[in-house]
Amino acid sequence: MTRVALRHRLAERGVDRHLWLLLPGLACVLALFVYPFAYGIGLSFQPAEGGVFGAYRAFFADAYQRDTITTTLGLSLPAAILNVAASVPIAYRMRGRFRGKRLLTTVLVVPITLGTVLTAEGLLNYLGPAGWFNRALLSIGLIDEPVRLTNNYWGVFFSLVITGFPFAFLLILSYLSGIDPTLERAAATLGAGGWQRFRRITLPLLAPGLATTFCLTFVLAFSVFPSAVLVGDPAGSTRVISIAAYHAAYEVYDYSLGSAIAVVMGVVELAVVAVVLGLRSLLYTGSTGGKG
Amino acid sequence: MTGFDELRLDGVRRRFGDRDALAGLSLTIRRGEFLALLGPSGCGKSTALNCLAGLLPLSEGSIWQDGARLDTLPPERRGFGMVFQNYALFPHLSVRRNIAFGLQMRRLPRDEVRRRTEEAIRLVRLEEHAAKLPGQLSGGQQQRVAIARAVVLEPSLVLMDEPLSNLDAKLRLEMRTEIRRLHQTLGLTTVYVTHDQEEALSLADRLVVLRDGRVEQIGTPQDLHERPANRHVADFMGYRNLLPMKVKAVHGAVVAVEGVGLTLEGTAVGPLAPGDDVVVGIRPEDLHVGEQGTPVTVEVVEYQGRELAVEARTSGGAAVHLRAAARPTPGDQVTVTAAPARVLIFPAAAP
Amino acid sequence: MSRARIVASPAAWLIWGAVAFFLISLAGVITSVVVNSFGLRWFDTWLPQGWTTRWYSTAWTEFGLFDVLVVTLEVAVLVVAVSVLVGVPASYVLARRSFPGRRLVYLLFLLPILMPPITYGIPLATVLYKYGFAGHLAGVVLANLVPSIPFVILTMTPFIEQIDPTVERAARMCGARTHQIFARILAPLLIPGILAASILVLVRTVGMFELTFLTAGPDSQTLVVALYYSMSAAGIRAQQSVDAMAVLYTTSMLVLLVIALRFVNPTQLVARVKEEPD
Repeated sequence: MTRVALRHRLAERGVDRHLWLLLPGLACVLALFVYPFAYGIGLSFQPAEGGVFGAYRAFFADAYQRDTITTTLGLSLPAAILNVAASVPIAYRMRGRFRGKRLLTTVLVVPITLGTVLTAEGLLNYLGPAGWFNRALLSIGLIDEPVRLTNNYWGVFFSLVITGFPFAFLLILSYLSGIDPTLERAAATLGAGGWQRFRRITLPLLAPGLATTFCLTFVLAFSVFPSAVLVGDPAGSTRVISIAAYHAAYEVYDYSLGSAIAVVMGVVELAVVAVVLGLRSLLYTGSTGGKG
Repeated sequence: MTGFDELRLDGVRRRFGDRDALAGLSLTIRRGEFLALLGPSGCGKSTALNCLAGLLPLSEGSIWQDGARLDTLPPERRGFGMVFQNYALFPHLSVRRNIAFGLQMRRLPRDEVRRRTEEAIRLVRLEEHAAKLPGQLSGGQQQRVAIARAVVLEPSLVLMDEPLSNLDAKLRLEMRTEIRRLHQTLGLTTVYVTHDQEEALSLADRLVVLRDGRVEQIGTPQDLHERPANRHVADFMGYRNLLPMKVKAVHGAVVAVEGVGLTLEGTAVGPLAPGDDVVVGIRPEDLHVGEQGTPVTVEVVEYQGRELAVEARTSGGAAVHLRAAARPTPGDQVTVTAAPARVLIFPAAAP
Repeated sequence: MSRARIVASPAAWLIWGAVAFFLISLAGVITSVVVNSFGLRWFDTWLPQGWTTRWYSTAWTEFGLFDVLVVTLEVAVLVVAVSVLVGVPASYVLARRSFPGRRLVYLLFLLPILMPPITYGIPLATVLYKYGFAGHLAGVVLANLVPSIPFVILTMTPFIEQIDPTVERAARMCGARTHQIFARILAPLLIPGILAASILVLVRTVGMFELTFLTAGPDSQTLVVALYYSMSAAGIRAQQSVDAMAVLYTTSMLVLLVIALRFVNPTQLVARVKEEPD
């Protein structure tokens, strides 16, 4: 076969010199993501003691380490579920046009851009024992003494809601605006009431988007780190898995254990995502008729 | 079927901002008739349909079904069927479940839902496609699903919003016949919105021509075709030659006019006096090449099957459109005439 | 119609109530930081006993904020520049070509966004330390490229897809060569998209905590990381000067946000939702 013929055959399958444009990006991801990851996995199998699986055995044998998985899931799953569940009715109500919509969405972007560190600082001030929230509750007589809302589970949970809710809301709002509004009108002319229209038409069309939103919100909550340290109880009830990984790698300098924990963290996270995306693949995922 | 004897729109007005999309539409729809709302885009015909369906609230006026007021009911309680311009098929439901949707909403027994759904699928000849999703169907098939979904409920009124505008020319003709056939079989009262005069003329028992939110004329297809009430309706009904001329003399119903290099006799629409400015409307097919008449110069000749469409220029510089049986050559001089009954003369001052 | 419904339904009241509560809390969180940063002494009262701006000068000198701001700016600009240069050509190929393994490549670019930064940050930092990059500006920039390049690609691919490919073919039929098409046809059409992607990457890089935290040395800290260190060392330094720094951080983020929103709509700041193309 001549070179020209080969080139034609490759071009027919979409392989031509334009693909070189892909190379820098691919090289970066391979060098900065895939290689370190593989290196980390390799490192996790080479602990100072205990054989190939020593680092993993050390992690799972120690209840203090092992429980970080349940602690992390115990924070991130409820937070992600709440964020998505609260966003649906609110976004549904606001799917149409109304005055001030752009302002509202802009305000909601603020906590996302501020990030977790600033939110943590603000929560310490606002929800603290002498903060405005407790003062307000005390002065209207709802409570007798300040409620403890920081440096424990709730502080971290609130920080996850403050950054996660706007994220979920904006995503769901954009999914909802991708659903052709005439579908609901059509359902109305066929006799479907408000609840039936939501339940039978909008919700099934929104469901794949909800699954994606849940995954992204969950990833955000699962990687909770600074707020777990700053507004949480990093040695106890909010000792999440990223703290354990950081602690092992940078405070004990056991890179093998640190990498092993990072790998466990990735596996747990991907397992949850895989389950949700697996359920999503059972749903209708085609066009929703709207403007993408 | 919970039919009605008549459905009455009483001064229905709809404003968007400070613009009237529909400026006081009054109209009575009779049981079993096929009514077309016709007009150029932006004339308010879709607004009228959405008001009727309950998808748009009225700014003023009311809608009455026999004695009962209708405009305060939400769309799902009016019991009308609607075919949308983009079909609005539910993309996640199969053809069968799309059609069954309305029946299920009415909480009919399972057996009846199944029987009527299958019947509707047969009616629109989609038996082989019943289990498919709308995304897997062609445009014409989707159109049939949309129609079946609306008529399966045997609604007291079917609303159709430019249902054929997304189809290609051949399919449009086929579906036109299909819609007419369904109307003859089922006898469902239908309001049909379109901007295509040919479609409206061929389908409807009665037409309503709208312009800028106002009714220009209501009548049978024949009325509109032969006696348009003003030059706008004439323009819309295929009177392609609309020439500004002046009244020379009035002899009863026959009026002599001249201008733009032509001299013609025609029928007055409205009161006229000699010297008045008028607009003269003639269909291309009514302007004949003959022995006598006014000479014009042929400019463009198009072959159109049985006839030739000719564009010619008068000595006054106006372009006229006519039909010819023999092929003239561009540059030729021909003489044109028209029967006075086929020449309509509208006052220029009138709207 | 919708207005009437809002007044009527109790569910609507509940929903608007929840939104209002959220917004009030959000305002509380932010203002409490701002108020504290200007406060003299603030213990068991609604507002501080007096007002001052001295915490800002303290923060400025104590934390060496000028250097921190310079580093933050350097990191952000470098990351934006590199990720746009690398990401845009790649997204062009992904948007326009179908080739064997395209889905795999797409998935590879998606993964860094789907994984928590800590999971790849720790091994990445280890590798960067091994090769001597970590602890310096270079390491911080390299680490931040990992989510930024995919982000540019995921933002730009749909943007390029919506540019009609016949425009390129038309240019080719007019005799333009590939590089001419890029320079004279695509570049002008892509500028809005590139601008949007750049500003999004800028916002994300300035706000990125984990990766910078894991790879930065003492003189390559960005503002967030410096803020974190000063917070976790609270007690040594006055809480108010930490808050002053937090306000500086907030202000710079808000300025970026205002600039960003001139070019993109709020939803885009979250993520450009794009399903895997077939």
